[in-house]
Amino acid sequence: MKLLLVLPILLPLVTALVMLPFRERSGVQRGLGLGASLVQAVVAVALLSRVYAGGILTLQAGGWAAPFGITLVADLLSAVMVAATALIGLTTSIYSLGSIDRERERFFFHPLMQLLLVGINGAFLTGDLFNLYVWFEVMLISSFVLLALGGTPRQLEGSVKYVTINLLSSAIFLSAVGILYGVAGTLNMADLSARLPMIEQRNLLSVVAVLLLVTFGVKAAIFPLFFWLPASYHTPPVAVSAIFAGLLTKVGVYAIMRVFTTVFTGPESEAIFRILLWIAPLTMVVGVLGAAAQYDLRKLLSFHIVSQIGYMLFAIAIQSPLAIAGGLFYIVHNIIAKTSLFYISGIVRHKTGAFQLKKIGGLYSTEPLLAALFLVSALALAGIPPLSGFWAKLMVIRAGLESEHYFVTAAALVVSLLTLFSMTKIWNEAFWKDDPGVIKVTDEAHGNGRTALLYLPVVMLCGVIIFFGLSFEPVYELSARAAGQLLDVESYRNAVLGGGL
Amino acid sequence: MTFLLALITGLFYAAGIYLLLRRSLVKVIFGIMFLGHAANMLIFSTGRLTKGAPAFVPEGAQALVEPFADPLPQALILTAIVIGFGLQAFAIVLFRRSYEELGTDDVDAMRTTDRIEQVGGGES
Repeated sequence: MKLLLVLPILLPLVTALVMLPFRERSGVQRGLGLGASLVQAVVAVALLSRVYAGGILTLQAGGWAAPFGITLVADLLSAVMVAATALIGLTTSIYSLGSIDRERERFFFHPLMQLLLVGINGAFLTGDLFNLYVWFEVMLISSFVLLALGGTPRQLEGSVKYVTINLLSSAIFLSAVGILYGVAGTLNMADLSARLPMIEQRNLLSVVAVLLLVTFGVKAAIFPLFFWLPASYHTPPVAVSAIFAGLLTKVGVYAIMRVFTTVFTGPESEAIFRILLWIAPLTMVVGVLGAAAQYDLRKLLSFHIVSQIGYMLFAIAIQSPLAIAGGLFYIVHNIIAKTSLFYISGIVRHKTGAFQLKKIGGLYSTEPLLAALFLVSALALAGIPPLSGFWAKLMVIRAGLESEHYFVTAAALVVSLLTLFSMTKIWNEAFWKDDPGVIKVTDEAHGNGRTALLYLPVVMLCGVIIFFGLSFEPVYELSARAAGQLLDVESYRNAVLGGGL
Repeated sequence: MTFLLALITGLFYAAGIYLLLRRSLVKVIFGIMFLGHAANMLIFSTGRLTKGAPAFVPEGAQALVEPFADPLPQALILTAIVIGFGLQAFAIVLFRRSYEELGTDDVDAMRTTDRIEQVGGGES
């Protein structure tokens, strides 16, 4: 049963390695990628149900007991994130079958996608700060190559910005880990949570906390550190920017959630939450205002990623069980809605030949299904009932009111309105207004069979959005239990340290 | 010895940050390298510094005998160095390729992805 814990990491890794000899045979690579993603989804569901039923799962690699060896831990938070990753991995591997060109496939697009999933799943499952660093790097190097793959000037320029800021944040992360080891003498998260309250050098711990916030903040694109995101996410092919948009920033949010709830529990966390209460509304507002100025579909959506991160930070900063549950639900909902919107932008580009809103129009009459799918995703993002975003937002805002953070809650409500406005802008420009007839370069190379491959993932994700919206009860149950487990550091510690082997 | 190491670590950080703030991509990559080494040196110095006392358990003893240097930070650095080399090698190739494609290594000239709207361009 412990195997279940390594499979989310091992499976994509092995798949990637098996794919490598088949460079010239893209058919084999595609089949392997799709098959592995399907198995991955099954594994993730099994892991989630197992953790839901039996509590926190731990695995000590090589049989080395907890603080000394490498620990893998899956509590409900990790399991939910792994499940979301598997869903996005599955849909993206379907989507990439219909949209990635042969040349990129020859240069190992599919293995890189699997390696990206290795890094993301590793980051979710690790129980050790240094391993978190390592998984971050695995994730980053795959994302660097995916971003630059194809080598158009715009891609390269976006990559330069993305790579530089991420290498800088890695150096900061490494420094923070070094200082923390010097102060506490351990890097195991459970062990740290037990030892940190006894440490006397509080000022050093504050330094570490802020350094970690900066590192994860860069990854999560929080307010002053987000500028790389809209500069790079719109340059690669849609399949790549969709998986980036869905998952990469959320790994940063997950790290913030994990480190400042499980590892730091004392005054350092309090200080970080006070900072987050300022950063959260700024992130929301700046993101949505940045989006308002954009007319490039993917850049507009990129700014919305930033804006939505603000809600998650707000939820983390409140720290009540309801807020954490809402934040977790929000993360999952956002992963799904955001990825779906990026897929839709790819279909729009496929049908009309452009991402610029000014150049496209009239899609409502020619593509009614696409219009419907866009409405579902966009209204979910804006938080219109009965879609998933409404419940997520409701939980976060209710928690905000209960904890009397009226200013931030007001900002969250106003930003919701602006998000709705922004989505209406896309609707008006791309779907409602008459086709300006500027360009019509529909790629004839893509047949109808491949268009179906583009639609299928969006239909799947919209189905999940509607399911979440309509059957709120079990989803709430799950996120509430995950939040309870996350806030109960004692049981996490016991599961990791007490179990021995 | 500790003082020297602290000085070098500080110099590495200073040089790294200074170079990162320059406009040339070549200097940026050197800055990243310096920062990586600075972080490694920092971890190295947290593991206590000893001279001529390897971290081996002597014959007959059950545990390490003081004074010894903590071997774990050195293992961490080893991993970090390998990862750092990989990333830096990739960054060098990427920066070279972008210099060739974009015709400039001036970071300030790389602004096309930040513009609000390109009326003409904007291909996938």
